[in-house]
Amino acid sequence: MSDLKTNFVGIESPNPFWLASAPPTDKAYNVNRAFEAGWGGVVWKTLGEAGPPIVNVSGPRYEVLHGNDRSVIGFNNIELITDRPLGLNLQEIKQIKKDWPDRALVVSLMVPCQEAAWKSILSQVEDTGADGLELNFGCPHGMSERGMGAAVGQVPDYVEMVAAWCKEYSRLPVIVKLTPNVTNIRQPARAARKGGADAVSLINTINSVMSVDLDSLSINPTIDAMGTHGGYCGPAVKPIALHMVSDLARDPECEGLPISAIGGISNWRDAAEFLLLGAGNVQVCTAAMTHGFKIVDDMIVGLSRFMKGKSFASVSDMVGRAVPSLTDWQHLNLNYTVKAQIDQDLCIKCGRCHIVCEDTSHQAIYARHNGERRYEVNEEECVGCNLCVTVCPVENCLTLRKLENEVDVRTGQMVSPAEKLQWTRHPNNPMANADG
Amino acid sequence: MELITTAHNGPSGVAAERLNEAECQSNFCEMHAPLEGNAARVEAERCYFCFDAPCTEACPTGIDIPGFIRMIASGNAVGAAGLILEENIMGGTCARACPVETLCEGVCVRNHGDDRPVTIGLLQRFAVDDALEQGTRFFSRNEQTGKSIGVVGAGPAGLSCAHRLSVLGHDVVVYEARPKSGGLNEYGLAAYKMLNGFAQRETEFITSLGGIEIVHDTILGKDVSLEELQECHDALFLGIGLGGGNRLGIPGEDAEGVADAVAFIDDLRQTDKLSSVPVGRQVVVIGGGMTAIDAAVQARLLGAEEVTIAYRRGTDAMKASIVEQEFAKIRGVSIRYWVQPSAVRLEEGRAVAVEFQVGADSADGEKFAIPADMVLKAIGQGPHLERAGSVGPFEQVDGRLVVDENRQTSCPGIWAGGDCIAGGDDLTVSAVQDGKVAANNIHQALSL
Repeated sequence: MSDLKTNFVGIESPNPFWLASAPPTDKAYNVNRAFEAGWGGVVWKTLGEAGPPIVNVSGPRYEVLHGNDRSVIGFNNIELITDRPLGLNLQEIKQIKKDWPDRALVVSLMVPCQEAAWKSILSQVEDTGADGLELNFGCPHGMSERGMGAAVGQVPDYVEMVAAWCKEYSRLPVIVKLTPNVTNIRQPARAARKGGADAVSLINTINSVMSVDLDSLSINPTIDAMGTHGGYCGPAVKPIALHMVSDLARDPECEGLPISAIGGISNWRDAAEFLLLGAGNVQVCTAAMTHGFKIVDDMIVGLSRFMKGKSFASVSDMVGRAVPSLTDWQHLNLNYTVKAQIDQDLCIKCGRCHIVCEDTSHQAIYARHNGERRYEVNEEECVGCNLCVTVCPVENCLTLRKLENEVDVRTGQMVSPAEKLQWTRHPNNPMANADG
Repeated sequence: MELITTAHNGPSGVAAERLNEAECQSNFCEMHAPLEGNAARVEAERCYFCFDAPCTEACPTGIDIPGFIRMIASGNAVGAAGLILEENIMGGTCARACPVETLCEGVCVRNHGDDRPVTIGLLQRFAVDDALEQGTRFFSRNEQTGKSIGVVGAGPAGLSCAHRLSVLGHDVVVYEARPKSGGLNEYGLAAYKMLNGFAQRETEFITSLGGIEIVHDTILGKDVSLEELQECHDALFLGIGLGGGNRLGIPGEDAEGVADAVAFIDDLRQTDKLSSVPVGRQVVVIGGGMTAIDAAVQARLLGAEEVTIAYRRGTDAMKASIVEQEFAKIRGVSIRYWVQPSAVRLEEGRAVAVEFQVGADSADGEKFAIPADMVLKAIGQGPHLERAGSVGPFEQVDGRLVVDENRQTSCPGIWAGGDCIAGGDDLTVSAVQDGKVAANNIHQALSL
């Protein structure tokens, strides 16, 4: 087994798999089970200020987007922060940290945007012996309407201000959890750094309305014939999270700012992708909520084998290794040319490649050959768009062939990918300059 | 699949009550359990929605199979049923009785590799049953044309033709020899394929459109003549099926204990009490088609202790598909290939065994006998055109009517379809297509 130990902003954990602040980390009972199952750390479900406990709906608070076979693709919730008394949570956190000294225990916080409120809770959390703080600037529902959660995260000045208070009044590492419900994720991340935050975590959930009940004509989940928008997460949000994480990883102004990645991570592959795109560790919620804590076994074994195969000595060794492959469109090599190719031995002749190309793309796949059902690429029309590859139900049947030192029959031009041609230098670009 | 109950040490000879009624009812349970809502959606999602789908090409009625499956996947089973019934008004029966493994499912692209085909038959049944149960109306009649068409035979071909004609605005009178409509759907398919009176429910659905009058117990050539029908209708469609079973031409075949498999199945379908249908203790079924399978399996389900299908050629030549052969074997039916019956051995005038020789073509092959107190002949049915009383005007091949691609016979004004025409494949689904094609062509001819 490869060494999965991680040190994230000074917080050590036996593996990079943490449970995100959410229902699975709301109380000692769950967290004990999580640690018994092997999770490296947890971010305790968000604590609010002392006083009358938070009230959740007693109607449904979750709704999902189902895929084939009722697998959960997307997940939405309208649950609020913890609805248990602050004192009880703090007491349990203290006990858990005592019982599980080798695991990471970070406490998520959300109190009103007032210095006194933050100051008060910070000292109480510190007394528990917890390893760090995560500032919940992300929840898009319920709390944001009360001026907390995403309402803070969407205003970079507030992010900076609260982060600064936390650094001032606590010696614990501060992780700022970012909301994806912004136009440019770099702004709040830069603000967090300016405020002195040790790291950011992202993404929190995305604003969403899941579905409309076509019988009652009201939205789901329905609470007494009414519903509200909730936070969207699960496998469907992974590409959005990957984009935001990697966008920070390559932002010069965020250079060196550790990232804890969240968003649709369901298995070791997802985790590896986030690590390679710059995350120092990962947080999981939906996959655990739809399968239980045991899924961490696959994550541990899978990541470990992957690292061994790639000769990564440690998790930190692989962090950010794919970031250099990410660039802006204008820097892509326009001389790189591919054509679809069909393996006739594997082809089951469903014709999906043909019809999608014919109806919606470049009319580059023939459906008949000498009157027979046979699908063949017309290279004179193929632009290598990859649509056919994505719809082909047979793995490796449709692939893209890279052209090298041969004429592209579509353009009549010789293809020489080694001579890179970026848009910044392209003759058709009126703004082109020789420096690229 | 439930284990079937088998009788032990019953009396020899052909006898009723080998199993009690409860045991029979349990044995005659559904051949394939119908799909439930979510299972149907999951199965529907397996369809690749092929371009120019091979399944549709393989369907004799040309149902838009990927189209209807996609509707099931989106929770629109009734819409799916509409798409099915538009091409095949007997989509419900065909979903139960079609040999899908040789038609749509046989060419499903999912057969490649280690995958299995989409269960198109079960999905079709899911959609049509749902719609029929809800009493959905899919069709309305065009403006009345004032034309009247006579249809002979209320089987799949005749009812399909009648329905399409009615939709097109014509009035139809169907003349049916038997007391019930449905033809082989009612009298010829195995009971376990058509539970709960489905053939009658389907007939009711078809005739609920209006414009279709069915006159039962009316035999062409006996109760009514072709000339009379020609006189009182603007066009005729013959869907008269086939007559009695073919003869083996061997000694002993008229003895007690020897029967026609078609008649045996007919008795089973028409009885109110399955256990009252007499069956042998040791049954030999001679033939290799679906009738042989249906008769043999049902003999087992009634409590026959030993059932053997004897076929004169090999497994590949059998008209019953490999799947059907396996279906019979799982239910305890033995199949002997390459055996030719030479005589029914009798004792006191009753069948006790069938004598065979090995090898269909060699006269001096090995000889052996299989004990049998019941022998069922399932070697095809002969034509009964002579019943029409006007054999003269029709061009025929082996007693079957020759038709063109529009199902028009050589006799002007008379169309035909189903088992009575030459070149067919004896499938319900093909009969439905014949009726549909003929109706469209009759409409065209009458509109000129």
